[in-house]
Amino acid sequence: MLEVFVFSTLNGLVTGLLLFMLASGLTLIFSMMGVLNFAHASFYMLGAYFAYSVSLKLGFWAGLFFAPLLVGTLGALVERYALRRVHAHGHVAELVFTFGLAFLIEEAVQFFWGADTKNYRSPDLLDFPLFVLFGQEFSAYRGFMIAISVGIFLVLFYVLTRSRIGIIIQAAITHPHTVANLGHNVPLIFMVVFGVGTALAGVAGVIAGPVLTTFPGMAVVLGSIVFVIVVIGGLGSLGGAFVASLMIGLLQSYAIASNLGMSDLLNLLGLDFSRDHPLNDLWTLTLPQIAPVLPFLLLVLVLIFRPTGLAGKREE
Amino acid sequence: MGKFAPWVGYLIALLGLPQLFDSVLAITIFNQMAIAIVFALSYNMLLGQGGMLSFGHAVYFGLGGFMAVHALILIEFETVYFSITLIPLVGGLIGLIAAIFVGSFSTHKAGTVFAMISLGIGELVAASSLIFVSFFGGEAGVSADRTFGPPFFGIEFFQDVEIYYLSAGWVFASTVFMYLFTQTPAGSMANAVRDNPERAEFIGYSARRVRFISFCSSGFFAGVAGGLFALNYEFITEENLNAVTSGRVLLMAYIGGLGYFIGPIIGAVVLTLMNSLLSNYTELWMLYLGIMFVLTVLFLPRGFAGFIMMHQTAWLSGRLSSLVLPYLITGIPAIMFGGSILAAIEMLHHGGESFGFLFVTLDSGNALHWFALTSVGAASHFACRLSLGQLTSAWEEANQSEDTTERGPS
Repeated sequence: MLEVFVFSTLNGLVTGLLLFMLASGLTLIFSMMGVLNFAHASFYMLGAYFAYSVSLKLGFWAGLFFAPLLVGTLGALVERYALRRVHAHGHVAELVFTFGLAFLIEEAVQFFWGADTKNYRSPDLLDFPLFVLFGQEFSAYRGFMIAISVGIFLVLFYVLTRSRIGIIIQAAITHPHTVANLGHNVPLIFMVVFGVGTALAGVAGVIAGPVLTTFPGMAVVLGSIVFVIVVIGGLGSLGGAFVASLMIGLLQSYAIASNLGMSDLLNLLGLDFSRDHPLNDLWTLTLPQIAPVLPFLLLVLVLIFRPTGLAGKREE
Repeated sequence: MGKFAPWVGYLIALLGLPQLFDSVLAITIFNQMAIAIVFALSYNMLLGQGGMLSFGHAVYFGLGGFMAVHALILIEFETVYFSITLIPLVGGLIGLIAAIFVGSFSTHKAGTVFAMISLGIGELVAASSLIFVSFFGGEAGVSADRTFGPPFFGIEFFQDVEIYYLSAGWVFASTVFMYLFTQTPAGSMANAVRDNPERAEFIGYSARRVRFISFCSSGFFAGVAGGLFALNYEFITEENLNAVTSGRVLLMAYIGGLGYFIGPIIGAVVLTLMNSLLSNYTELWMLYLGIMFVLTVLFLPRGFAGFIMMHQTAWLSGRLSSLVLPYLITGIPAIMFGGSILAAIEMLHHGGESFGFLFVTLDSGNALHWFALTSVGAASHFACRLSLGQLTSAWEEANQSEDTTERGPS
């Protein structure tokens, strides 16, 4: 039991931190432009594919360096030449544009790389067990994923709260006109933040590609979960996104590892239903079965009872 | 009479189409169009008129469809006895009930909160549909047979064309009712709440209640569309209530033109045609659809209908004809430029083998072909840029307000 618990916690931590890397960029972009970027997970997918192509020629580490740069540049271009244009038409148009972009990127990935799964592998350097616990190995690559995620979180936190650039960015989010009057180029700041946000998604793609498999559907798999996190954490809150990422990561990994089900609950209540009861599917539900749904259930509940999320600001 | 002319034309078009094109393929496409029109119109009721962006509209379509298939099964086993012509109503009622339930908590706020709840509900229902196998039939879905019900004036609905006429009736009725809804006070208030909920509240309307009414009506018509789907295909799967279907209806309504009543109809027709015809010619049609969608959002924010309506001023002042020539001068190179981009994409896709593109055969291994393609592309792009100025000035001239130009005899 303890062994299952420890490993679920570790796996949940890896997933949660990975989700945070996506959520941090998304929430930063949201607080800046007031728009949820539907295509954010698509940039994550592009990160994995770019890294795969680079790694074929130059190896994994070159991919880790170049792919986020490429993704970030692409993100900045999208902001400069498309989002800024759509911005004039209002929020719905922006949201719909990013939705269309996600659709387009998925099709483009299939066009350039094909619909099959790519054999994108983690580097040989990290191909050893980091430690062995209860007879199970914990691979060094997963440890590396944790290290990178935590490192990025610390750097991001430091830059945003302690550096001069971070202070300007934060000011540009709340008072764009004042910042512009002080002589800063606000549109440029927005473009850079969008680029950095998508580059972070790119990093997540580079390191997640080998573990979660690199295929054209990988954006869809994570896309809506990242949305859930950003909303549950409170739109625009980096700290809230961090807590929500870990929460969702752990929740899913515990739910998958557990073998509890409705039948256990019914036994506890002393109830019993025959197999041919019309609601048999309901009485035989198990926790692993509903694990993928849990984040969405949480999303709907949070939105109904606390629409501002865990750490969101109170609405005016 | 002038008020009814568009409706008479619409009815004639709906009933006349199968007379003009009577192949099996054409009837299949018309049936798909009928479903898509009702579904897209119901979506426009939500987003275009009510200002609620939904990413889970397929839930009401799908639930209506599933219940309609179950109703067909009940008819087949003679548990209930009624004509299958009423099946879309079953779908509509289920869509309405689902919308009443979801709307009771989701219409509290519009904007991002509403969009996120709709996304969450959509994912929840799609995932549950795979868990509750006895009702949703799992991956395989559920199927029924529509021919067991009591005949409707001797028609037993063995053929698709008979279903088409039935659908056409439902499409016409739904369109009329959805149009009439926009004319009611509830419809006007929906627009008011979309544009400024605060002011609507100040004059005494509950924004939430107004949204709730739009949401439920929209759910009802989505369910009707689901019922039409069930009648036409006689089966339904999980795919019809998941995010892909929700995304497709958003695409249709947006490309057609939000806010204009006719927009979603245009979008439904165009997308269904692309879906069924373009997919015969190229494997990349989904890519083209994505490109078209992104370009529409970027350059035609009000969709195709918005583009048509842009010419209203010129039309009313009788100056539309002065735009034809400038349009041709810029349009022909623009189409050629687009065509050469498409040809380049196709050539990249067909690595090393030759294939037919429009009237020519292209070979991506042939450097000469690449050279010719690049020259055509560059030349047409240049011509397009060069002629853009005259189009802009012609446009401005045609849209000058009446005051600055001399008025003709009235």
